[in-house]
Amino acid sequence: MNDNIKFVQGNEACVEAALYAGLEFYAGYPITPSTEIAEHMAVRLPKLGRRFIQMEDEISSICAIVGASLTGHKAMTATSGPGFSLMQEGLGYAIMAEIPCVIVNVMRGGPSTGLPTSPSQSDVYQARWGVHGDHAIIALTASNHQDVFEMTVHAFNMAETYRTPVILLLDEVIGHMRERLEIPGPEAIPVVDRLRTSVRAGIDYHPYLPREDGRLPMSDFGSEHRYNVTGLAHDMWGFPSSNPGVVHGLLRHLTDKIKNNVGNITRHKEYYLEDARTVLISYGSSARSALHVVEHQRARGERLGLLELQSLWPFPYGLVEEKCAYARNIIVVEMNMGQITRAVKRAVKDPERVVLANRIDGVFITPTDIKNILRLIQGKGV
Amino acid sequence: MERLRLVFSGSGGQGVITAAIILAEAAVLHEDLIATQAQAYGPEARGGATRSDIIISDSPIRYPKVTQPNVLVCLTQESYNKFNPIIRPGGILLTDTRFVKMHAKVDARQIQLPMYRTVMDEIGKPIVFNICMLGAVIGLTDVISPDAVMKALTARIPKGFIDLNKQALELGLAMGEAARP
Amino acid sequence: MAVKDYIRERFFPHMWCPGCGHGIVLNSLLRGVEQLGMSKNEIVMVSGIGCSSRISGYVDFHSLHTLHGRALAFATGVKMSKPELNVIVPMGDGDALAIGGNHFIHAARRNIAMTAIVMNNRIYGMTGGQYSPLSGYGTAATTAPYANIDHDFDVVQLAKAAGASFVARTTTFHARQMTDILKSAIVHDGFSVVEILTQCPTYFGRKNKMGGAAEMMEWFRDNTTPIGSKAKQENPDLIERGIFVQEEKQEYCAEYENVIKRATGGRS
Repeated sequence: MNDNIKFVQGNEACVEAALYAGLEFYAGYPITPSTEIAEHMAVRLPKLGRRFIQMEDEISSICAIVGASLTGHKAMTATSGPGFSLMQEGLGYAIMAEIPCVIVNVMRGGPSTGLPTSPSQSDVYQARWGVHGDHAIIALTASNHQDVFEMTVHAFNMAETYRTPVILLLDEVIGHMRERLEIPGPEAIPVVDRLRTSVRAGIDYHPYLPREDGRLPMSDFGSEHRYNVTGLAHDMWGFPSSNPGVVHGLLRHLTDKIKNNVGNITRHKEYYLEDARTVLISYGSSARSALHVVEHQRARGERLGLLELQSLWPFPYGLVEEKCAYARNIIVVEMNMGQITRAVKRAVKDPERVVLANRIDGVFITPTDIKNILRLIQGKGV
Repeated sequence: MERLRLVFSGSGGQGVITAAIILAEAAVLHEDLIATQAQAYGPEARGGATRSDIIISDSPIRYPKVTQPNVLVCLTQESYNKFNPIIRPGGILLTDTRFVKMHAKVDARQIQLPMYRTVMDEIGKPIVFNICMLGAVIGLTDVISPDAVMKALTARIPKGFIDLNKQALELGLAMGEAARP
Repeated sequence: MAVKDYIRERFFPHMWCPGCGHGIVLNSLLRGVEQLGMSKNEIVMVSGIGCSSRISGYVDFHSLHTLHGRALAFATGVKMSKPELNVIVPMGDGDALAIGGNHFIHAARRNIAMTAIVMNNRIYGMTGGQYSPLSGYGTAATTAPYANIDHDFDVVQLAKAAGASFVARTTTFHARQMTDILKSAIVHDGFSVVEILTQCPTYFGRKNKMGGAAEMMEWFRDNTTPIGSKAKQENPDLIERGIFVQEEKQEYCAEYENVIKRATGGRS
């Protein structure tokens, strides 16, 4: 038996991946359906000599991981909708101060306490716009445990590459379901390490001055460079500034570093798109039901294809437009009232082709739900 | 193999979820099959009718929930009443003599076995009732080898309990095999 | 090293109002750090939001200016991930005990080694004079135009009850005592709370007819007394100054090392 093959929940796959990516510090607060992440972290981290802390709430959890990241350690937290709402304040801070960290949101039904144990994908827009102020964000997702692993590592890599918080949107189905996971061998998935400054002691270090390639080397708290970190608008040393030119440059930089790298950040999978007349677009657990329908209807000769988004923000407008260019119908499958549907409509020509197949009642969307929409579009009636 | 969809149901504390995890894990780790296991969380998992869905297959499983099980196990009257209508036509509906009174007219082979009583008579410990049930399911369906289940069990439970579980599994197997058509 | 070697001189003069007590806190703190002979690289100053929080910008340490009320939460991440660092967390009264009250009691409960300084001027200064959880019953503020009906916390009692293993109080009038107390707090291996009564002549003083900075400091002189003094027995209304709690108690990061030992079976 191969020890690298495991039969685990998606939440545990996420933990294994975070450790693979070099996670050294976890802070969190229990909340369904993400709690297993904290529980496995509490077991695994100290075994590796790394650190776990259960904080007093989600607000302090995200603050603690920002603090830990500044000392040079890869850090993450995990939560669900209500906790993710509380984290928006700290998330905005991490965006503004450009602190790499990973926030996992195992989505459940909302708003408010909503449906704690039921699946939903209704935090897609909170991930995008939950933080006040103009900003860009990276949000990734996954539909099976192998992808949970890959996207978790990708989340850490993107956080380090762009010095930014990265959100991983999982959902209750993926978090709780058990299936096979093969832990990749060391170096099978590249891991991006913290880029530290090569500026020596005594020479002026600019923590917020991007290099030629756009990356900002960091210096660990406790090492020779002492600098300031603030959530205020700041200059290249990290000191507060309200100089209009400095503020403008900062806000543009925060947005452009992500918008200009959409190609490097976004990930997707495609199934049978070459000749598809009907394109399904989905993500997370919904993509499993969508793929079930595609494979099923293909066997019956229907020209269906699936575009599975593994990254939601920045939204891959160009990709979606290209993949839908020849589609007669586009069906977006998601468990909310059309959060990604809205982005897809903005992306494609003739947006009247776009139809939403959804469920918002706390029940995992079934292949039958999708087939019914398909039949309606085809004029067959359910 | 054909895709096999199973639902184990009962009440909290009977170990149906553990049995489901062991079955699916054994299929993945020791038979190189593809399997998923899902379960209801929340209040319903802490009392009343608890349920776990397992799919075992040799091709990728997309939709991981079971809408129509080939094998439905009900270990309480409540779970039997609640879930018996979802059985796939021609499937197997397994119940325990002590806990369930069968009445539903369903298009399935309803099999009732004295699993609980046998465990109590032969072993005297209700804790392995779920493993006996698992043995019966394997005896009835041949879905995976008992050997694979024992390997999965061995990795999960303390050494002192292995013989107990093995005995329960074998009791279930014998009952299941005897009840095969 | 001279005290001025610990500051970022280019940001002076500071932004605090004339007569503000926060500059005295900065001065006494830096004297303490200098007397302890600490290296600038080993200190991380974490602050929240408000007049008090600006102190972190003026010191040449690693400085983390965070969110309102959250300084201790950020500081917990810094300390836990790099326990060899010395973490100092200056906060305002509203910062530490209103919006940050929950983080305050939980950091104290964990007994994580850091120095929490509550710069208590009994008012929200940055936003222009609203009542804080330490303003006290009957005081005036822009949001208590008919006199405040909120009772205040006793920071010392609160910190003690929450589990802080070092608890002290002083005032800006007693700058030398402040330095001595801060030194003890910084070297204490556990969660240290130092409440410093500091004057806000601009808002609290004016609203409450306390006079200017000098009169407010005289008030500190006249209305406080060393812990357990004879004066206190004669006049129970006097506010006690000094070190209330200083006890040996297992520190959180050291305790986590034991968790690691247990998890690794003593192999690490």
